[in-house]
Amino acid sequence: MTTTDSPTEAYQASSRDTTEGTVYTVTGGDWDTVLGANLDEERIVVNMGPQHPSTHGVLRLVMELDGETVTSARTVIGYLHTGIEKNLEYRNWVQGVTFVTRMDYLAPIFNETAYSLAVEKLLGVEPPERATVIRVLCMELNRISSHLVAFATGGLELGALTAMTNAFRERELVLDVLEMITGLRMNHAYIRPGGVSQDLPAGAVEKIRELLEILPERFTGLDKMLTGNPIWQARTQNVAHLDVQGCLALGVTGPILRSAGLAWDLRKTDPYCGYENYDFDVAVTPDADCWGRFLVRKQELYESLKIIEQALDKLRPGPIMVADTKIAWPAQLALGSDGLGQSLDHVKKIMGTSMEALIHHFKLVTEGFRVPAGQVYVGVESPRGELGVHAVSDGGTRPYRVHVRDPSFTNLQATAAMCEGGMLSDAIAAVASIDPVMGGVDR
Amino acid sequence: MSVTPQGSPPARSSPDGEDDTTGVGSVSSAPERADVVSSAVDAAPPPRPAGSDMFGAALGGDTSGYGGLVRKKGPGLSSERPYGGWFDEAVDALEESYRGFGDTVTRVVVDRGELTLHVRRQSVAALCRYLRDNANHRYELLLGVSGVDFPDQDERLHVVYHLLSMTYRRRLRLETTCSVEDPHVASVVGVYPTADFHERETWDMFGVQFDGHPGLTRILMPDDWDGHPQRKDYPLGGVPVEYKGAQIPPPDERRSYA
Repeated sequence: MTTTDSPTEAYQASSRDTTEGTVYTVTGGDWDTVLGANLDEERIVVNMGPQHPSTHGVLRLVMELDGETVTSARTVIGYLHTGIEKNLEYRNWVQGVTFVTRMDYLAPIFNETAYSLAVEKLLGVEPPERATVIRVLCMELNRISSHLVAFATGGLELGALTAMTNAFRERELVLDVLEMITGLRMNHAYIRPGGVSQDLPAGAVEKIRELLEILPERFTGLDKMLTGNPIWQARTQNVAHLDVQGCLALGVTGPILRSAGLAWDLRKTDPYCGYENYDFDVAVTPDADCWGRFLVRKQELYESLKIIEQALDKLRPGPIMVADTKIAWPAQLALGSDGLGQSLDHVKKIMGTSMEALIHHFKLVTEGFRVPAGQVYVGVESPRGELGVHAVSDGGTRPYRVHVRDPSFTNLQATAAMCEGGMLSDAIAAVASIDPVMGGVDR
Repeated sequence: MSVTPQGSPPARSSPDGEDDTTGVGSVSSAPERADVVSSAVDAAPPPRPAGSDMFGAALGGDTSGYGGLVRKKGPGLSSERPYGGWFDEAVDALEESYRGFGDTVTRVVVDRGELTLHVRRQSVAALCRYLRDNANHRYELLLGVSGVDFPDQDERLHVVYHLLSMTYRRRLRLETTCSVEDPHVASVVGVYPTADFHERETWDMFGVQFDGHPGLTRILMPDDWDGHPQRKDYPLGGVPVEYKGAQIPPPDERRSYA
């Protein structure tokens, strides 16, 4: 039997040769050799995640600790990488919506809108007024549901369990409305290049108005539960500080930037979808900590309600898709007794009377439309910051390249700046205040 | 003009699947991959009214996007002045005050209301620093770095930077190119720390090496992964299906309705 004594091979298994081959004896390391050299340092490396209830999804944090103080925090991502950007290149432009909606799965409507705006910019078309208003309506509903999850999971991670159950309950109210409008709670694929896939169903406006009645008092409940709560304050105030300069250097946008005192909101500073016509305030605080981020998100819930109310008033009857039949989906969807369905009149027309319409339908559905060559970048203000879509077309019916600048991906880089030098427990609060969605981070 | 049809599309197998009715798992003799796709970003494409030629009849009947369309490489021209909007003023200011403008910026392209400066790859970081610090430009925020692959070009890997000036509320795109054999681009992490993750992603997906990056490692793919998935020549896998040994072909070889 041979044993290995040299320090570099301290962890290697000893082995001996037998008639059956080499047999290895695997044992643990010798603690004296492991610790002897630097017992005075007490440097501990803690690996959190990717499967950990407080890492906000499949995020992995590798932290070096000195006692309970974090001396180094690194984020490891990629556990949810699904190659959405690559997949887009093998589907036509309309099908792309179905993919991008799955990126930041808590804010699907924003992904769809940013992507559709980019395709529309490449095409040089403008969606009709009603479609734009519906987009704004859905985006703000989605912003509420997304921020509610930020409170729910953030609360859960800091031990405020009731905040979690209540916020998820209110979120379900919003998702019910989105389900009524789009057919799905999440991953809607509702907003399409050129407009939206179908008009608001009967009763949707009334249901949204009902929601506008209920939500303010529900928000007040959450507000009471958290804002005045001394534990919540202690866990969030003066924790994970990141000032404006740090935010800009790290590319951080959204509520984190606004919590540092800079009122940068693309809805105001670079309006799209007609946001310049809505009356609302940009929530901003000077705190630059987890508490400030909480206050900003809380304020944005109320601002979103204001926008939704105005959007309902702006709704006028009209088309919800561009008139250009080279782009618009040919089959007008009509709700049948079995849920979604094609318009029977349309089927009759293409099958019975118009060969031209049938060909047209077939080509649009199977190949999709061509998009003139070029590249564009479009940014929208998602609940987490600037969501940008860089779309490149080579003139074909499929995207040549689509890159999504996901705010969570960029904001996660602030983890080290927020955590290092603080306590381990504050690192949890820091990540919760970043509110990353790993579906968007990894794409 | 960047997309010019060069004659008619090459002859290829029956497009509507007449000869591939052999049953489960048969793959149509899919056309060769369109590795001749030209740079979409090489030059501002000609203004084409929306809706016209959306089915590409003028390009010869093939509309799949994979039908072996042959396109000439764009001549790589700058847009013509005046650019319109704030673009003239911004480019003038840069040209006057930035030493080495001529050596740095190779082309200025204005398309769809967006300004793109094509920059030599060694000069990206220096130009970014200038654009960030100079009072006439003030691009405080780098929104991201990403890549585009154009396999038919010598310098096929394009790296794209999106800058945002909060002071002037302007957006600017920088674009630089490098070849697969020498995929080196100056890192901008020193100017914009936010580029850290973005450059790692571009390295991971396209294999562009950013010189000066503090730790250029893979970020989305596993550390021991081979290849760079977003390159156009990266092989796509088919999905094995447990039905009489059938195999779903990779997406770029599937039958398309062209």
